[in-house]
Amino acid sequence: MRVRLPSLSRRQIISGAVALVLVAGLVGWAAAPKPKSFRTTDQMITVKTGPGDGSEVTLDTTLYLPKSAGADDPVPAILLAHGFGGTKQSVRSDAERFADQGYAVLAWTAQGFGRSTGEIHLDHPDWEVKDAERLIDWLAARPEIRKDGNDPKVAAVGGSYGGALSLLLAAQDARVDAIVPMITWNDLVNVFLPGGVFKRQWAGEFFGSSENPADPQCGRFAADICKAYLDIATTGRSTPATEALLRRSSPSQVLDRIKAPTLLIQGQVDTLFPLSEGDANARGIAANGTPVRVAWYTGGHDGGSGPQSEVDRLRQLSDQWLGHYLKGNGATPPTSFTYSRVSGLNAQGRGLVTAASSVDAYPGLRNAGAAVELQGPDQRIANPPDGNPAPISSLPIAGLAGLLGTAGAGGITREIPGQHADFVSAPVGAALDVTGAPKVRLRVASPTGDATLFVKLYDVPAKGEPSVPDGLIAPIRLTGLPKSIGDAVPVTVTLPAVVHRFEAGSRVRVTVATADSGYWSPAEPVVYTVALDGPVDLPAIAGIPLANPDVVWRYVLAGLIAAIALGLAVVLILARRRARRIDRSVDAELVDTPLVVRGLRKEYKDFVAVSRVDFTVRRGQVVGLLGPNGAGKTTSLRVLMGLTRPTAGEILVFGHRLLPGAPVLSRVGALVEGPGFLPHLTGAQNLELYWKATGRPAEDARFDEAYEIAGLGTAVNRRVSTYSHGMRQRLAIAQAMLGLPELLVLDEPTDGLDPPQIAEMRKVLRRYATGGRAVLVSSHLLAEVEQTCTDVVVMHRGEVVAAGPVDEIVGESPSVQLDVSDVDTAEKVLQELTGVRSVAWSGGRGLVVDIDGAPRAEVVAALVRAGVGIDRVAPRRRLEDAFLSLVGGDTKASGERP
Amino acid sequence: MSTDVVGGAAVSTDVVGGAAVSTEVVGGARGYRPGATLSLWTEIRRQASRRRTQMALGFMVLLPLIILIAFQLDSGSNNDNGGGNGQFSRLSDLATSGGPNFTLFTLLVSSGFLLVVVVALFCGDTVASEASWGSLRYLLAMPVPRARLLGIKLAVSLLYSLLAVLTLVGTALLAGTLRYGWAPLSAPIGGEIPAGTGVVRLLEIVGYLCVCLLVVASLAFLLSVSTDAPLGAVGGAVLLQILSNILDQITALGNLRTVLPTHYNDAWLGLLSSPMQVDDLVKGAVAALAYATVFFALGFWRFLRKDVVS
Repeated sequence: MRVRLPSLSRRQIISGAVALVLVAGLVGWAAAPKPKSFRTTDQMITVKTGPGDGSEVTLDTTLYLPKSAGADDPVPAILLAHGFGGTKQSVRSDAERFADQGYAVLAWTAQGFGRSTGEIHLDHPDWEVKDAERLIDWLAARPEIRKDGNDPKVAAVGGSYGGALSLLLAAQDARVDAIVPMITWNDLVNVFLPGGVFKRQWAGEFFGSSENPADPQCGRFAADICKAYLDIATTGRSTPATEALLRRSSPSQVLDRIKAPTLLIQGQVDTLFPLSEGDANARGIAANGTPVRVAWYTGGHDGGSGPQSEVDRLRQLSDQWLGHYLKGNGATPPTSFTYSRVSGLNAQGRGLVTAASSVDAYPGLRNAGAAVELQGPDQRIANPPDGNPAPISSLPIAGLAGLLGTAGAGGITREIPGQHADFVSAPVGAALDVTGAPKVRLRVASPTGDATLFVKLYDVPAKGEPSVPDGLIAPIRLTGLPKSIGDAVPVTVTLPAVVHRFEAGSRVRVTVATADSGYWSPAEPVVYTVALDGPVDLPAIAGIPLANPDVVWRYVLAGLIAAIALGLAVVLILARRRARRIDRSVDAELVDTPLVVRGLRKEYKDFVAVSRVDFTVRRGQVVGLLGPNGAGKTTSLRVLMGLTRPTAGEILVFGHRLLPGAPVLSRVGALVEGPGFLPHLTGAQNLELYWKATGRPAEDARFDEAYEIAGLGTAVNRRVSTYSHGMRQRLAIAQAMLGLPELLVLDEPTDGLDPPQIAEMRKVLRRYATGGRAVLVSSHLLAEVEQTCTDVVVMHRGEVVAAGPVDEIVGESPSVQLDVSDVDTAEKVLQELTGVRSVAWSGGRGLVVDIDGAPRAEVVAALVRAGVGIDRVAPRRRLEDAFLSLVGGDTKASGERP
Repeated sequence: MSTDVVGGAAVSTDVVGGAAVSTEVVGGARGYRPGATLSLWTEIRRQASRRRTQMALGFMVLLPLIILIAFQLDSGSNNDNGGGNGQFSRLSDLATSGGPNFTLFTLLVSSGFLLVVVVALFCGDTVASEASWGSLRYLLAMPVPRARLLGIKLAVSLLYSLLAVLTLVGTALLAGTLRYGWAPLSAPIGGEIPAGTGVVRLLEIVGYLCVCLLVVASLAFLLSVSTDAPLGAVGGAVLLQILSNILDQITALGNLRTVLPTHYNDAWLGLLSSPMQVDDLVKGAVAALAYATVFFALGFWRFLRKDVVS
């Protein structure tokens, strides 16, 4: 057996297909991987390196080359260096982004890491930096790379370890055209021994990350570096030798040789390479007249890449920088300085929210600002033996702070009782912005003459926990201190630079602690005395807020609202115009004819419900619309009520063309397809609300007459949901008659009524039609129609098969059904009687007599005269005959016809 | 067959029909004006009498009281979710700190689902229920112009939805203030907001929620004119909202999620932070208005062309 799929109309198929294609296209466009615009080549490149080029190191490299690049269209190149502990894979996404912009990108794994050979020399000029020079040589030999003579267009970009490399490389190799060093160091001595205090946790993190089974002690570190680390970590101090070793790997020594325009990006949430490192680099390079642009962002070794808005800002800066200095695109970028402040957590838990600002020139860390007075007596604080217990000001693993739920909001600090001195300000009156390195003067006394202290700037909000902005603290190591605080000389302590806002009502607190988990501190227990000398200087920058890129959405919103308003106005105007253009002409000859149906046709997508219907209802008529189930009666009535649109043909009501919602419908009362009431309301409320909804005056409704017709008595005050079928039907007829409409259309009105009610209804309808009104009754009950209607329209298979007065349809010679005592005698008598056309036995004692002209009384008299007893005389139901002959005994509904 | 055939004599529209009846609108019955049919007030009355309207509004009163009682029953013992449930636990911790905060909590717990269901109920049921009762065809045969019928029904549905939200907020504010006092609004992030400003913030939050709920309203409305089953329209709208919420949880979808209608539904939390974060609010409003416009337009377009066969 064949299973037929549900048939769809052409329109459904087209609109469905269009929707499907649109959705699929959108999803595909958004989700499909874009074809790559570049090729990658992995290659192990062996370079001569080390002092005197005496060594060979093999570097694991990947070249990302735009497909467009060739000898005839060479492209500029970017050397992309990775961070400490990473490989060339760590920078892949950045490399792909640059390659997509049309740069050749060479990423490589630095020696001592990954699959590259060699040892870690901490960006030593003779090793890692020389490797990079050799890679520039390698790039210069390729035809796809753009060159000025023999000098390739090349930039060095990298973060942290790679950032220092770019600085050192630019100092050593004049072929470098631009550099973008990010979150990197200026002087490794300052980094690992800030204020002379060993930053042991970060150093350990660095050193412990290199794994080499052959040398468990040093990993893949070069022997001299390893030895220096072990030396410092053991004693907590540096020696001139170790300092010299660290300085060799520090850009601080070579800044004056950097001529390549530098975009210097430094992290604000970075306890490893704080803003002061970037500051020193910026000043050193700018001192030669080299263009330097500085940007800070709310991330770093502790804060990670920061929120997306920051990532976007930095990308825009570096794209602009490289675009100009490497490709020669665009105007010279300004050397303005941008930074941003964490303004809060995203309310929906989507990270931090930042507010970026800009200043025309890099202002450094020590601007003028507010001097905030701090209160606090001289305090005695204990140095714990072996630096334990110690507060944790930061965790040297980027992002871990985020896991602990304090992402960037501040260090997770808890001071140890007896080990810290606090100096607190009064609550600040208005919000106080700090941008730069605060300064404070301390006086310290120590019985040993030495002191190792950790100075921190706290934000103490009116409500909530105090915190150290970004977990940045200043370790200091003081020597030659007096034993008594009275003899102590003030020392100026520069706190780490921050970008922070003290909200109104917050207090500024300077805390001096004796130990910190991140730093080395003396093992001997000592008690220091600490006093504060003067206010804390909080520098500030008058930055101009950068436009928030999301502001564009506000314009989108305004535009959308305007577009909606405009669209609405246009639609209203068009609708009004269209309404005016609708043919409202009136057929003058039919103005007094309640209903004219002409050539009505209604097709549904898969069948024809009404193929052609014509009929007329005149004033004073009660017209019965007859037909078997599915003949198309209800469909015709639906069109008549404006519920559906005809496929062809027209309906005129009092001469007005009937369209959905045509005003002339207000002169038609209807019951179509059963009652429709709000079930939770009473009958009376339903009628009242119905009339209210018509908007017509209440006195026109004739409620009393309607209630009389409904005959519901007190039941009108019961909820309709409690009504029987017949009660609802009567209420529906009453509703149709509200306002006594000139044309009443009733669909199966006697459905559910009992015989006395049916009889009553007949009278009501007959009466209703008098006085110029008209009634159209659709029914399949022939007797009812025959007894109620003046006219009849017979429909079959969607067509009118007969129409006219009932008498005409029934015919002029009605036959009679007789029940007699003696069938044989009666038959004989009747056959001899003139005026009788035929006599037929209809079973039992019944006869059907077709009397042609003879009055019924005469027939009865003739039988009585012949002595035949008569039990019953009844006119035969001729409408039924007529109907059956018209529809041909075909009981198939029109809906079922193929 | 007795059809009068008339030569196409188009007569001026001044001709009025009806023997003894004078008409005000061309061809209409006495007193009939299309613009006067199914007035806003009539529709409000029709809907007000419905059990579903009364129940929904009643529940809006009841819910804050239930929450209030639930907080009263708190024995103060350990909280079993470990307090690590983000915004929710932080807001619930603050819920009993004052009337505005109690209101905020009530909004938080009801905005995700309850209000969606209520709005879907008001907007999804409005046309579909008339179709299922059969009363729609009598309204159209009255005749109430289709656009007017739809416009009035939509306006009344939206009014009831707004009333439901305001009832919820009003009851919560009243009950919360009576029980916990008139305290500043403490936000989980961004510190305290003075009670007066806090109420303004609450109203802004309600405003944003209403804009977001327009998506559900419009979808329910579109389904309502497309089906005769009220439950189908209400359920369909809620279902699609749930689907959108589920998809929004799948981070693998990346930026595709930002086009989901529910993606920015929580953005009102930004109004509580200091400074206010309105960027997501704006994006959310753009998305909501765009979706709502499309769905409403489709709903009207469909209904004005539809064959009403119910």
